[in-house]
Amino acid sequence: MLKFIAKRIAVMVLTMLCLSMIVFYFVNLEPNLKRLAIFQTEMRASQQDLDNWLTRNGYRDNFFLRYARWIGVAEKQPVIDPATNQPVPRFRFCDESAVPVYSGVLEGDFGCSTAFKTKVSNRLPEALKATGLLMFWVMVVMIPVSLIMGVLAGMREGSKLDRYLSIISIVSTATPEYVSGIVFSVIFATWLKVLNGSAATATSEGITFYNFTLPVITLAIYGIGYIARMTRASMAEVMSSQYIRTARLKGLSFRAVVLRHALRNALIAPFTVIMLQFPWLLSGVVVAEAIFRYQGFGFLLVSAASNNDIDLVLTCGLVSVTVVLITQLISDIGYAYLNPRIRLG
Amino acid sequence: MQVLGIFSIITGLAAQLWPTWLALAVTLLLSFRFHRRLGLYGHLITTGVGFTGVAICLFWLFTAIFAHVIAPFDPLQQIVTLKNGLPGSVDSASGSAYLLGGDKLARDVFSRMVYGSRIVLAIAPAATGISLLVGSLLGLPAGYYGGRVDAVLSFIANLVLAFPVILLFYLLVTPGIMETAVPFVMAGFFFLFPILFLLVLFYTGYRKQPVKCAVLLLITLAIGGYIYNGLVFDRDPLHLVHLQPNELNIFIAVAFASSPGVFRIVRGLTMDIKTREYVSAARTRGESPWYVMLWEILPNARGPLIVDTCLRIGYTTILLGTLGFFGLGMSPESPDWGTAIKDGSQFLRLYVWPPLVPAMALMSFVLGLNLLADGLREQSLRD
Repeated sequence: MLKFIAKRIAVMVLTMLCLSMIVFYFVNLEPNLKRLAIFQTEMRASQQDLDNWLTRNGYRDNFFLRYARWIGVAEKQPVIDPATNQPVPRFRFCDESAVPVYSGVLEGDFGCSTAFKTKVSNRLPEALKATGLLMFWVMVVMIPVSLIMGVLAGMREGSKLDRYLSIISIVSTATPEYVSGIVFSVIFATWLKVLNGSAATATSEGITFYNFTLPVITLAIYGIGYIARMTRASMAEVMSSQYIRTARLKGLSFRAVVLRHALRNALIAPFTVIMLQFPWLLSGVVVAEAIFRYQGFGFLLVSAASNNDIDLVLTCGLVSVTVVLITQLISDIGYAYLNPRIRLG
Repeated sequence: MQVLGIFSIITGLAAQLWPTWLALAVTLLLSFRFHRRLGLYGHLITTGVGFTGVAICLFWLFTAIFAHVIAPFDPLQQIVTLKNGLPGSVDSASGSAYLLGGDKLARDVFSRMVYGSRIVLAIAPAATGISLLVGSLLGLPAGYYGGRVDAVLSFIANLVLAFPVILLFYLLVTPGIMETAVPFVMAGFFFLFPILFLLVLFYTGYRKQPVKCAVLLLITLAIGGYIYNGLVFDRDPLHLVHLQPNELNIFIAVAFASSPGVFRIVRGLTMDIKTREYVSAARTRGESPWYVMLWEILPNARGPLIVDTCLRIGYTTILLGTLGFFGLGMSPESPDWGTAIKDGSQFLRLYVWPPLVPAMALMSFVLGLNLLADGLREQSLRD
């Protein structure tokens, strides 16, 4: 087991290294750097000025050296102003060390956001907290609903209830967040006026049923169908197995068979699926936060990407990739731990 | 301003869609008449779920084909008096109505939705097709050889899968990236796969008939090369094959995002099928590995693959909508559903119809595909 975990972690670190390098490469493509330089120098700067600015601030250094600096395994050099020969920060809204230091992601320095004109580390925690809260409530809604739906449908395969629940899951997997968000807002906010169609107040005044329900159900609906279908398949498989038949034949009630014998084995597969929902939820969060104007991680990512905020995009990319990889790791280890056939085999 | 009632709106919509109804009726009647001879498809339309799926998908297919007949207005035409108009608002000058209302730029929501189906139904299946070929051509050797080939290919596939889709799109589909070589290199790579696939297929299949083999290879190279030249380099001498750079960018991004999923499925199926007797028989006959993969394993993996392809076209449609929703890649006045939803969602509290109509359209199309996949799955389980 320990060897298995160690191997998974090694693969994860390698994946992370590759992915962060890819993100770093794409974020630092020439057109993006040029836009940054245009934005940071005055508008009528010539091509020569732009190049000078980029060279002076270290954007023209070797790709791997810059990547190493960002990670924090190479020293960041201070920028020297040619006029005064004094060290100046790259962006006037963030201070930087005047001497060469190791200051990258590993040291907790995520760089400087040009869109919000502050250090990335000043914005990131609250955004993550806001999104974490949203995700938490989504999970609270999504997991019980989808598991109950899946178990009920898979319990008696081919029954009327099974067919109705299947149709509901199919409809819900056909509804991406930007569709369900619109439909729910129209029904509950515009026509019935029972819920708030904007979660903007959730940041300032705290979350309430009134302002938080719509984003939560919007995000939950897409996952519910998928997890329910997986649970149904797993449950149906278990219900047709030999030991369930034995339990039934020795006279246990259907209820007891389902609750005590079937459920435990049927819920192993959905666990993996729930964990693997995280990458999709991350994308969904971005959509839901845009529709309901909620200022979380998704809002940060969209503003960073649309404002060419290099350091912030890098950080957001790193955070989302880390979340995805960690959930994959948990799902692998958890699956191996829960499933006796793998654990003991 | 005169506004039609609900009844007139419904009859008006039904009347505008007459080419779709006609084509749908003819197709379905013919299908029912000959359903015994149509194999899987014939079985499919006799079940409730399968029939609904087929009907919805055909509905959108015919709507896309006959979009220019169905749409009462041009998707870009603006009638200023009908700005944000209610459904059924009548244009006093021409006497025809905006059946599902007008959007914030005073364009007909219904016509835009109809024209949007063209964009969606052109890109989504084609991108799925490319990702199917890429995924198969890489998944087959990964599953068949296993070992190091599998380790490397799976690692790459997992890299792509670990990206949240939205981040991938923000990195890959930006106006800036069109100035670099990245999209064209990726297009060059991805469009190589169909040609490669056919070449390997014909070469391994008809190696013993040199004339037929040579002819097929030459035809593939000629036609494939011509299309490739037009798509990737945009240098088609006759200007028949042509894609805007931003369309190419979207297409490649969507195909890229859905290829690893196909790869995983094909790899899993191959690992399962390669243990069967007919594969061993082919190997004993001395067939080459690629013959076994393309002519023995792939045809026998078709059942799950067809089901997955239906689901994947739906998923691709959703991805395409996501791109439109974030205003990535598509031109701002494009009538595709994602862009229309984005435009309308800004004034959602005031004007409901502009975002609701494309949203329902997108949902119903994906639903049709999911039902189709479900019906197909049930059929294949029954056999």
